[in-house]
Amino acid sequence: MANVLVVAELLEGKVRKTTLTAVTAAKQIAEGTGGGLDILSIGEGAGGAAEELTGYGAGKVLKAEIGGGYTCEKYAATVAEAGKGYDVVVACASAFGKDLLPRVAAKLDAGVASDISAVHTDGGKLSYTRPMYAGNVSGTVEILSDKQVVTVRQSEFDAAEPSGGASPVEEIPVQSDPAADKVEFLGVEVVKSERPDLSEADVVVAGGRALKSAENFTGIIEPLVDALGAAMGASRAACDAGYVLPELQIGQTGKVVAPKLYIAIGISGAIQHLAGMKGSKTIVAINKDKEAPIAQVADYFLAADLFDTVPELTDAVKKL
Amino acid sequence: MKILVPIKRVADPDNASKLKVSGDGKAVTSEGLEWKMNPFDDWALEAALRLTEDAAKKNARVGEVVVVSIAPNDEHTQRIIREGLAKGAERGILVETDEGKLDAGVVSSILKAVADKETPDLVVMGKQAADGDSNVAGTRLAESLGWPIINYAMRIKTADDGKTLEVQRELDTGVATVKVTGPAVVTTSDRILHPQSVQNGVTPDDFEYAKLEVGGRYASLKGIMQAKKKPIEQTSPSALGIEAQKTLNYTNFELPPARSGETTFVEDVADLVDKLHNTAKVI
Repeated sequence: MANVLVVAELLEGKVRKTTLTAVTAAKQIAEGTGGGLDILSIGEGAGGAAEELTGYGAGKVLKAEIGGGYTCEKYAATVAEAGKGYDVVVACASAFGKDLLPRVAAKLDAGVASDISAVHTDGGKLSYTRPMYAGNVSGTVEILSDKQVVTVRQSEFDAAEPSGGASPVEEIPVQSDPAADKVEFLGVEVVKSERPDLSEADVVVAGGRALKSAENFTGIIEPLVDALGAAMGASRAACDAGYVLPELQIGQTGKVVAPKLYIAIGISGAIQHLAGMKGSKTIVAINKDKEAPIAQVADYFLAADLFDTVPELTDAVKKL
Repeated sequence: MKILVPIKRVADPDNASKLKVSGDGKAVTSEGLEWKMNPFDDWALEAALRLTEDAAKKNARVGEVVVVSIAPNDEHTQRIIREGLAKGAERGILVETDEGKLDAGVVSSILKAVADKETPDLVVMGKQAADGDSNVAGTRLAESLGWPIINYAMRIKTADDGKTLEVQRELDTGVATVKVTGPAVVTTSDRILHPQSVQNGVTPDDFEYAKLEVGGRYASLKGIMQAKKKPIEQTSPSALGIEAQKTLNYTNFELPPARSGETTFVEDVADLVDKLHNTAKVI
């Protein structure tokens, strides 16, 4: 029997959708082992966010208000103290979860299974599948320590739906950590977009180095993105060249996406890029070079000049 | 400033699609693939070398960069440590061990013992290893030392006469800026540097971080010659007093199923739209 604590991720006082994929994985762990599930809302606006989380079937929702911007050190001791009452601590493998949970795990002497893609509970024994080597190998891993810490790959779990009921909310004390005094949070620049979130979109249109400039992303990629109601992504080369913001990077580092439709434009398909998108249902590549590695994963390949074909495709999509 | 840079050897990440799994599913085999320095550690090393540049003198550095590798003592590990030395690190440490006995917890225990001995001002390391892809060891190390962790650093600059660092770190939703008082552990993202911008060991004033093509700086011929004379200390987990055991047990490895179906080469935009609309029904 494994009792599970989900650590919620907040953005500006609201629950990020990443949290709900962690809830789904946590439910699989709890239900597969006959255990229970609680959720911890921690950070600035934790009280309000806790109320958002009362309808997901948790035994209770814990809240710990911590103001002044996130640092790992400010949160970890409180999460670890709360985690002492559970067998498994779970969060989404977002930049937040992957930053916070290893520190929590170290405080709990727990092993960490990072970025899991599946939960197994055969005979009540927990193990996890996780992608390794940029998604070229998948490993099944057991955690041998008394407590377990798990982060969950967002693209591999559906977001939990509200299941009704109203979990009671309980405030827990904030723990101090001497290491927290060594880090001062100076600020955060949050990138806002009217478009769907890259990690959650049904359609992703991504551009690569062949776009040649930021202006071409605006003039050629963005109209197609908007015609499809898609999210925009990019290869690492395009991000590094400054054509788009780094937050749009898809790959081994950056976002992992698995939309219904992925359109790769002017992307050759380095192994690190494939790691971030090969789980997509239908993959389209538009590339001059038929031999480009992206062809290995593409369902449809249009070997043509993107500067001619993408505006034509945008027009055709608008007419549908 | 003294900086410890852990460097891991990994099977060539650019050819990871050629990895195989043993018949019993118990091991990943990288036969035929070259061992390379984990690219994330290569970028960490580059960041450490930059932080110890002497702004006043070409090719001179202030402070010390020590690379440490935890791996079998063979020609591959030796080559990778020498590569770090050739790029500019002063010393190497090889903690000789069987890679099968390692996980992020054991690695962080070993690195803690090395850090206790070396007392660096900073540990700078890759945010993840390109094989395990875990993003765990750096943060565990920081906690075991009681130090802060700054993950996913994309820019690092010293402030307050070197007493503090101002670091920009990448998030899913933007970039956060923090000020950290050392000693600390910093892990680097892949957006931290651009090797061509280093000239004669000095980073020019107009250097822009966000213009990166490949990994860390290339070793110069002089650096390669000098590296041959630089010391590599050999030690072992038992000599460091480490008894930590793995908390992770991999019971099975497999290659993920190939994407089903062939690639259809479409004629033109009209053909593509027809296939997406009428066959795949995704638009």
